[in-house]
Amino acid sequence: MASQPSSDVIEQRIFDVLAQVPDPEIPAVSIVDLGIVRGVSIDGDQAAVALTPTYSGCPATHAIELAARLALDEAGLEAVTIRTVLSPAWSTEMISAEGREKLRRYGIAPPVESGGPAECPRCGSRDTHEVSRFGSTPCKALWRCNSCSEPFDRFKCH
Amino acid sequence: MDKPLFNALLQMGDDSLVLGQRLCEWSGKAPTIEVDLSLSNLALDLIGQATMLLDYAGQVEGEGRDADRLAFHRDAELFRNSLMVEQPNGDFARTVMRHFFFATYASALYEALSKSSDETLAAIAAKAVKELRYHSEYAAEWVVRLGDGTEESHSRMVKALDWHWRFIDDLFEDDADWAELAERGIVPLRATLRGNFGKRVAQVFGEATLEVPGEVWPLTGGRQGRHSEHLSLVLAEMQVLPRAHPAATW
Repeated sequence: MASQPSSDVIEQRIFDVLAQVPDPEIPAVSIVDLGIVRGVSIDGDQAAVALTPTYSGCPATHAIELAARLALDEAGLEAVTIRTVLSPAWSTEMISAEGREKLRRYGIAPPVESGGPAECPRCGSRDTHEVSRFGSTPCKALWRCNSCSEPFDRFKCH
Repeated sequence: MDKPLFNALLQMGDDSLVLGQRLCEWSGKAPTIEVDLSLSNLALDLIGQATMLLDYAGQVEGEGRDADRLAFHRDAELFRNSLMVEQPNGDFARTVMRHFFFATYASALYEALSKSSDETLAAIAAKAVKELRYHSEYAAEWVVRLGDGTEESHSRMVKALDWHWRFIDDLFEDDADWAELAERGIVPLRATLRGNFGKRVAQVFGEATLEVPGEVWPLTGGRQGRHSEHLSLVLAEMQVLPRAHPAATW
């Protein structure tokens, strides 16, 4: 009789599956990179994934939950439940270092929690200015580079 | 049912919902595409907050109503939003002045609520306060830009200010239910937020070359369901589809 895998193994497996789920609006990063997967809790033979919304009204929230559900089901993890947690509130500090690098490569300036101007994701210049406090999604603002003239999205510090 | 908590959640949820719906009226016809995106994003945050607050109100009530039920199947006199948020958008000056007042009030409120003894409310507030601070900054920038702008933009901001100033008392009104919740440590008395609100308004108006008006005859009653005629019209547009097809799903 095969022994049950340990909870650490199950937790890692769940994280591995979710790390393959792209954010629906910024497909270059996964929901794990963005810090939307808050954690996995295992209680006896029941595992639960905690997801957190980025913005209260982010229209991607439902799509993310659905995508996570489908990915878990496909990986044979149908019994894993998904719940939404609001506290502690999501912040851009929860975006991983890897996630920030992926954003930059995708053409989105990652958030700089210490403040200051955004770094142009194309030419690296810090001579940039904000064009609009709101961009194409709730989490981004619109900036432009004064050096190479390119407009770009910046992830808002939140 | 905890009736004071239910009523308080309706007051907050309805403020966000009605203002979010009003801002959506700008979609596709704002002065510039950046402003169009901005107003829609402000609306999105507000409607997200309204969904969480009204869902929680439904849970507190315990009769199986969720946010959609409360939003779409309730008549105007049962709404508890402030009079300011239901006012027509007017021009961009009036929209932006209203948003400055509302977001400055609401960010102070949710800041205090993030320390509420009610855990669910504290979690919703901790999320909302970050969004509303950004709203307040955004609106304050426009108040300064237009107030200290051209003769035309300045005069429009003065008119916008005159329009909204009489609704400020209503925004900050503490009714008996709210006062009871304040005693239980669940909400702050709105009156306690008024001092900092006044300071912030004076500071931004200083930069905007606008004068803080003197006392005016206040219009109140929104928190008790006594609304202007504008609310039923904005609700009619918002509710028509779910009322015509109550069992419809996406």
